[in-house]
Amino acid sequence: MSGTAVRSRSGRRAGRDGFAHVLHAEWTKLRTVRGWVAGIVAAGLMVVLFALLTGVSSDQKGAPPVPVGPGGEPVADSFYFVHRPLTGNGSITVSVAALDSSVPRGPGDLRPGTVPWAKAGLVIKESTRQGSPYAAIMATGGHGVRMQDGYVNDHAGPAGRVSAGSPRWLRLDRSGDTVTGYASTDGTRWIGVGTAQVRGLGSTVQGGLFVASPPVVQGGGTATSVSTAAFGDLRTRGGWAGGDWTGGQVGARSPTFAGYPENVSGSFTGAGAASAGSGAAFTVTGAGDMAPAVRDSLPTGGVLRDILAGTFAALIAVVVVGARFITEEYRRKMIRLTLAASPRRSRVLVAKALVLWAATFVAGSVGTALAIPLGERLARGHGVYVFPVSSSTELRVALGTAALLATAAVLALAVGAVLRHGAGAVTAVVVAMVLPYVLIAVPFTPAGLSKGVAAVTPGAAFAVQQTLVPYAQVAANYTPYYGYFPLPPWAGFAVLAGYAVAGLAVAAVLIDRRDA
Amino acid sequence: MRRALHAEWTKMRTVAGPLWLMLGAVAATVALGAGAASVAHCTAGGCGGDTTKLALMGVYLGQAPVAVLAVLSISGEYGTGMIRTSLAAVPRRATVLAAKALTLTGVVAAGGAFAVLGSVLAGRLILPGAGDRALSLSHGPTLRAVVGTVLYLVLIGLLSLGAATAVRDSAAGIGVVLGLLYVLPIVSRTVGDPHWQRLLQKTAPMSAGLAVQATTDLGSLPLSPWAGLGVTAGWAAAALLTGGLLLRVRDA
Repeated sequence: MSGTAVRSRSGRRAGRDGFAHVLHAEWTKLRTVRGWVAGIVAAGLMVVLFALLTGVSSDQKGAPPVPVGPGGEPVADSFYFVHRPLTGNGSITVSVAALDSSVPRGPGDLRPGTVPWAKAGLVIKESTRQGSPYAAIMATGGHGVRMQDGYVNDHAGPAGRVSAGSPRWLRLDRSGDTVTGYASTDGTRWIGVGTAQVRGLGSTVQGGLFVASPPVVQGGGTATSVSTAAFGDLRTRGGWAGGDWTGGQVGARSPTFAGYPENVSGSFTGAGAASAGSGAAFTVTGAGDMAPAVRDSLPTGGVLRDILAGTFAALIAVVVVGARFITEEYRRKMIRLTLAASPRRSRVLVAKALVLWAATFVAGSVGTALAIPLGERLARGHGVYVFPVSSSTELRVALGTAALLATAAVLALAVGAVLRHGAGAVTAVVVAMVLPYVLIAVPFTPAGLSKGVAAVTPGAAFAVQQTLVPYAQVAANYTPYYGYFPLPPWAGFAVLAGYAVAGLAVAAVLIDRRDA
Repeated sequence: MRRALHAEWTKMRTVAGPLWLMLGAVAATVALGAGAASVAHCTAGGCGGDTTKLALMGVYLGQAPVAVLAVLSISGEYGTGMIRTSLAAVPRRATVLAAKALTLTGVVAAGGAFAVLGSVLAGRLILPGAGDRALSLSHGPTLRAVVGTVLYLVLIGLLSLGAATAVRDSAAGIGVVLGLLYVLPIVSRTVGDPHWQRLLQKTAPMSAGLAVQATTDLGSLPLSPWAGLGVTAGWAAAALLTGGLLLRVRDA
């Protein structure tokens, strides 16, 4: 009994001292085995070296510049525009009675198809320069009437498809920098769809009809499309210039424009007095989109994830170190000495995990802190457009990648403690984390399999490297192959952390129960 | 040589690990192939790509246990010190390595045949109609894919054996092998220059070797199916040669 009393009195202090000792002992082991230090340092170096390789190996000098929107983001700004200058305030009204899209089924085999985000409507734009500010109201192929501005803003209006029996009337009102969009199903009763403050519009703008038709998602890739709209009842009020309506493709040569299907081009025909401006009817054919760029529409764009491709090589290095950090003890029977010195066995495991995590995290952070700016500089120097990221996102990618490496090493430690076998532990963790990305990188992998493996395996943690943003108003392949992960960054990391913690718990139970 | 071979076969036969690893390789190959086939969007026209390749996709996973088996067949001996006994019994070190390589070839070829035929069978059951023609062994390209995939697994085993002989430690050995197999294809995708990208795809042991699985659209491949397998064979030969030389010159 008295023994219990003594332990409870001094137990806490002794325990804390004890843990500090265990930590110190494990740190000494880690830093004095040359192979382990080399492995951790090599991991950091590989992150940097692969970033340099990715930067140097790219060459896009002389490619047309990527259009950039008012917020600094890359945009697609290509569409067929039938326009006239508008000085000062004014409004424009039109009816859309048909919006028909075609998608090629094979080379030169154009068939009627559905393009949910085909757009036909009115736009007021600072100029025909790509990336200039605008506000537009449009009928779409499958999302009803929308009011969009600044490339990223999107407001829903009346739903339903347009047809000859059910046309939509659209109106844009410009008053200074304020543009208001209205829609109507009968041409008399109007409802407001949205109001946009378009900064930098200037006094004279270009306004008129437009048709855009973005590529459609097809079998893991995309196919170009083309759409034709029938406009009628075109009326203008206010400071519109007289003369003919001018038609032309905006952004015909742009990296974010996939072009027209084979043997098709944009055009417009005006029925009746094209110059009258009131009550005129037009048929306009166009392709392209007015929207933020995604990986599908800007495949040549660089992302941080590509620059950090060395993470996979680094991962293998730290996993080998993590597994050997415990399995070598078993192989050399050192574990008996370790456990004799610290009989509370799970504390040894926790100390090993902490020391390993911290050392790997530091090496990984140094690696990513050097790799990201160097890789970006080199890539930009070789003419690559790198998708812009905020500095907080960049920090998340850098620290998240380091945490990913550190946690993977701890997972390998846990698996190594369970299996007591280096090769088995390394294989298990590498297969669980790297193989998903080998499968994702195979172009014919079904999208369902890609999303599944990127959500449930510990490899889900690579979501911390996602910098691309999916947009509801852009149809695209939002799959891991294109850099869009099914889980948000920290949720993906939590999956890996969950595996590591669960692995450590199992290992702690087993190390207590089994003979060393 | 016969006695060395007999000794290696006895080692392989009497330890539980190799059997479990080969069973794991078969199970992993069939399971991943079946999983991929079951989530594929298939129409009467096909599955949006190469059906044979889809059914044999499990090899990406199944090669890992094969590599472990090969690595352990030599580094396991280094781990326990058994290698000294082996080399004392058969002082001609090249003979030891050759015996190991031959034993491994037999075991992996047998296991690989089960794995690949199982995958084809699973593919036929899961993809009725669409898979019929593409997954028939009487279809020339499919037969080539099947035979080639078994050979590919054997070559991955030999490559792993050579690398592990050079590295000696099992964890580091398997790390090197999995790095060669898995990391090169991922890196080649991020390389911007198409010329470099093609070169990496042509020379990486996995992406080159698995060209042997292609049955459609052969013109778009960076290199022809058998030439691809030849590249993997080159890697295996280089690894065995390096391992063999180091085994000769180093102390055990």
